[in-house]
Amino acid sequence: MEIIIPVIVLLAIGLLAALLLTVASAKFAVPEDERAAEIRECLPGANCGSCGFSGCDGYAKALSEGKCNKTNLCTPGGADAAAKISQILGIEGEAPVPRVAYVACGGSCSPEERKYRYEGTASCRGANMLYNGDKKCTYACLGYGDCARVCPRGAITLSDGTAHIDPTACIGCGVCAAECPNGIIHVVPVTVRISVRCSNRDKGAAVRRACTHGCIACGKCVRTCERGAIKLIDNLAVIDYSLCTACGKCREVCPVGAIEEENFSCGMKIS
Amino acid sequence: MLKSLILILMGGVLINNYVLQRFLGICPFLGVSKKLKQASGMGVAVTFVMLCATAATWPVQTYILEPNGLGYLQTIAFILIIAALVQFVEIVMKKFIPALHRSLGIYLPLITTNCAVLGVTINNITDGYGFLESMVSSLGVGIGFLLAMVLFAGVRSRIENCPAPKSFQGLPVTLVAASIVSLAFFGFTGIVTNVIEKIFG
Repeated sequence: MEIIIPVIVLLAIGLLAALLLTVASAKFAVPEDERAAEIRECLPGANCGSCGFSGCDGYAKALSEGKCNKTNLCTPGGADAAAKISQILGIEGEAPVPRVAYVACGGSCSPEERKYRYEGTASCRGANMLYNGDKKCTYACLGYGDCARVCPRGAITLSDGTAHIDPTACIGCGVCAAECPNGIIHVVPVTVRISVRCSNRDKGAAVRRACTHGCIACGKCVRTCERGAIKLIDNLAVIDYSLCTACGKCREVCPVGAIEEENFSCGMKIS
Repeated sequence: MLKSLILILMGGVLINNYVLQRFLGICPFLGVSKKLKQASGMGVAVTFVMLCATAATWPVQTYILEPNGLGYLQTIAFILIIAALVQFVEIVMKKFIPALHRSLGIYLPLITTNCAVLGVTINNITDGYGFLESMVSSLGVGIGFLLAMVLFAGVRSRIENCPAPKSFQGLPVTLVAASIVSLAFFGFTGIVTNVIEKIFG
């Protein structure tokens, strides 16, 4: 008979707790929008933040609450996710253009491109704090792989001391572009063919001393371009993609090989 | 009175640090200490839950279990109470303080079965503390947990950037670092008691 009292006491505590929780969940229930959960299901869940919200949950919440009416912001989800979200919300959405990232640096890891031997924390951010990095060019890819570490798809590899992005694996989320301390990773529509693989804004002579592939702002590409799509901005050739027809003539005349032609959708480089 | 309360508080924070000296609550200590923001969020949530749990379990033990000679039901009864309490706190928080729920909410379910919370409530009874002393002790232990989490988040961010040997990468090197931090805390054992003795005579 002794066992009955403890059983009753425990049962009483358990029942009290259950009662408390039942009453609380009924009384303090927070109404939740079911569409938010549905939208969340359509998103890939990479939480990359390329939509501009705090992860997939944040984007789904903003959409369901009507704070955001753009259904095509999810780059990893692509057209598929955009179509599904538009269907759930019952609104017309624009189809997204897939985007890819590329590294605007063609430098390599040769010893003559280093100004000192860096032995600190193995990160670009750390190296960049010391005299703007150990490479002679202060706009260079430092090659310690900060971008590779944050890439949600593992699309970035390091070879020759610079980062290389596999465009077929890249989902265009832009996390690497935000992480790069030199800001030399650019995210462009996948239809882009011609890209300037240099970010150096120094004068030509200074670029020559630092790197063999750097844009020296000679202006040959600007004069060659029939559409006037290339401009020199701060000693660097910049392509206006609304005018570029991807004829590739600028690549042929570039004396340092800083302009590259690459088909991002299949990852083929033309040289 | 004040002196003993301060001794209990500082004892919980530094001398009997639950994570680093008594090795309770290791799971969240290793799991959530990767980033400083998460670590401090978890620490604050645990402190809060410890205070609530003590406020609930101490009266139950003193006025319900012990008078009926049911002291041996302590463990199972406390687990039940703490689990229900954490769920209740989460529901209430979601309704009335959504901002706090967003920042602490994801940690609350993790704390439901946190042994540090159960440990502090049981130890308060074992040490024979009164209600006020129990609350101060829980606060101290909670702050100690927060301190350990924040310190270790810093240590871990340094480890992440260090090239550890392949066989040590990940959890092994983290455990080695945790043991070193734990050793460092042994240094407080004599200091704190003596300092407080000196101040309060």
